[in-house]
Amino acid sequence: MTTATVSAPRATAELPAPKRPFRWGQVGTGVILALVIVWCFLPFYWMVVLAFRDNAYTYDTTPYFTHVTLGNFKYAFNTTYNQFGRALINSLIIGGVVTIVAMMVGVFAGYAMARLAFRGKGIVLAAILGASMFPGVAILTPIFQLFTTFGWLGTYQGLILPQISFSLPLAVYTLTSFFADMPWELEQAARVDGATPGQAFRLVIFPLAAPALFTTAILVFLASWNEFLLSSVLSIGKSSVAPSTVSIAGFTAGPHIVPYTQTMAAGLVVTVPLVIVVLLFQRRIVSGLTAGGVKG
Amino acid sequence: MTVAGQAVEGAAEAESSKPEPKRNKIKTGEGRLAFILVAPTVILLALVVGYPVVKGIYQSFQSDPGLDPTTGFFSTSSHWVGLANYKHWLLQQCATTGGGTGKCPTGTLGSQFWSSVFVTLFFTVMTVTLETIIGMCFALVMHRAFRGRGLVRAAILVPWAIPTAVTSKLWIVIFDPQGVLNKVLGVHILWTSSQWPARFAIVIADTWKTTPFIALLILAGLQGISADIYESARVDGANAWQRFTKITLPLVKPALAVAVIFRTLDALRMYDLPAILTGGANGTTTVSVLVVHQLSSTLLNTASALSTITFILIFAIALGMVRLFNANIVGAQAKGAK
Repeated sequence: MTTATVSAPRATAELPAPKRPFRWGQVGTGVILALVIVWCFLPFYWMVVLAFRDNAYTYDTTPYFTHVTLGNFKYAFNTTYNQFGRALINSLIIGGVVTIVAMMVGVFAGYAMARLAFRGKGIVLAAILGASMFPGVAILTPIFQLFTTFGWLGTYQGLILPQISFSLPLAVYTLTSFFADMPWELEQAARVDGATPGQAFRLVIFPLAAPALFTTAILVFLASWNEFLLSSVLSIGKSSVAPSTVSIAGFTAGPHIVPYTQTMAAGLVVTVPLVIVVLLFQRRIVSGLTAGGVKG
Repeated sequence: MTVAGQAVEGAAEAESSKPEPKRNKIKTGEGRLAFILVAPTVILLALVVGYPVVKGIYQSFQSDPGLDPTTGFFSTSSHWVGLANYKHWLLQQCATTGGGTGKCPTGTLGSQFWSSVFVTLFFTVMTVTLETIIGMCFALVMHRAFRGRGLVRAAILVPWAIPTAVTSKLWIVIFDPQGVLNKVLGVHILWTSSQWPARFAIVIADTWKTTPFIALLILAGLQGISADIYESARVDGANAWQRFTKITLPLVKPALAVAVIFRTLDALRMYDLPAILTGGANGTTTVSVLVVHQLSSTLLNTASALSTITFILIFAIALGMVRLFNANIVGAQAKGAK
């Protein structure tokens, strides 16, 4: 009873107060919450367990860590079977360039969309959103044909350029909704206090916008890092440029080995940095993800 | 393109608040400045999206290199063939040895078109329905929770952050005939090598990955609903079910509609999961998988036609959904106003 009354004031701020007389509702909530967490983590947990398990015990269903070995990771980076290390570097290069280009171009468009009034804004917005919703296969065939004539198949530029098609719209509309929410009055206040437009931007607006830029950059980088369709076709099997998703999809092993545990180890290497970044910045990422879709 | 108006409500918001800054400080140069700022984005998108699409549509009306039926020679040049490439997919017309056209033999890519459309729609309907219902439950529970909300929110981002290529491999391991799922369930289902189990395997894997994401979007919508409305409904004697159907559902509808539309478009172009989990075998070839299979043949102009058909199909469904939901949203608001 006491705990209920203590938590009640906070509750009224954001949600209907819990049923006071009885706690069954809260117990149920707790159970389902636990279920959600299990749902999210269980398959991932299994990946971690298998990544550290000796390949001979692949089909062992012991639910905790047994036959622990680091051999799978060594195997994953063994260049006789897979160019996995190379693929990681490729992913970093592709993701890095895509993110830098999308941010540098997108930040101006995002600012204009959020702050300036101009004719044709609706059309531009529709075009950008249309581009982001575009099915990858719709541009894949013509791009494949074009790059065949350019000789760009299996090159970095051939993998980077098509990714602009989804990363730039993502950057623009995430930034647009972030910028639309910023306290721009401060810019005017700075101007009133005698700051030049440049100073107002550098000293007031930029520090405020930095977290938004950072979050958007993470979202764009994630989208590029996770991309598979375009990369798998346009890399035409060249492991010198293929990103990690392509490498993992075609993960192979020596004869008579089903490389499940090794694949899980490679998958873990690709995933863990993402999971850490996402968990560190979860609050910002959630606001970035939901900003575009659900407001008003 | 009403999708735009709906999805980036932030921008719409900015637009609605425009009159105020307009009076204060919009100067004559603003239009030009905006033009300069937006131009690089528009140009770049025209280059990487606009040009390929136009080029693809043009190519889809061209013939592919092959035996020319009129001369009997192998022709490497392409010429205008009208709708022949579209007929190949839509009407299943394949070139026959006699020089005419006939029904595509089973097993060829051409004959798989309609089944791939069916499979794509099946995946879309199944996954979006499951994800929306389960996601709604998740969101409602997260909304009620005091403690552990942060933890759940963090957990929810995990399936979303893992690359689908990795997820697919993970599910291959789980769905292995000797794998953990069959052992836990005590069954012997050949998940990835028989038709319906393979389809459901993909539905399960996709639902796992995306449900949390939908829940997140719906939760954001729920948090926008004022607690006062619930309080007054409670005072008026509304029970939990009534509060859900008469308050929560109508008010969360706009957020829900956006989430569902985005998800549907995403599901319609599903590629990674079927391509890696089953390779498109056993009746799991989606339209996107079919396009990629066609690309590995040399008949690229035929592939262009398929790309264009896919694009039109998805665009039509998107437009239809926006219409549908718009009507519903307007309807809900009208009801609320009474």
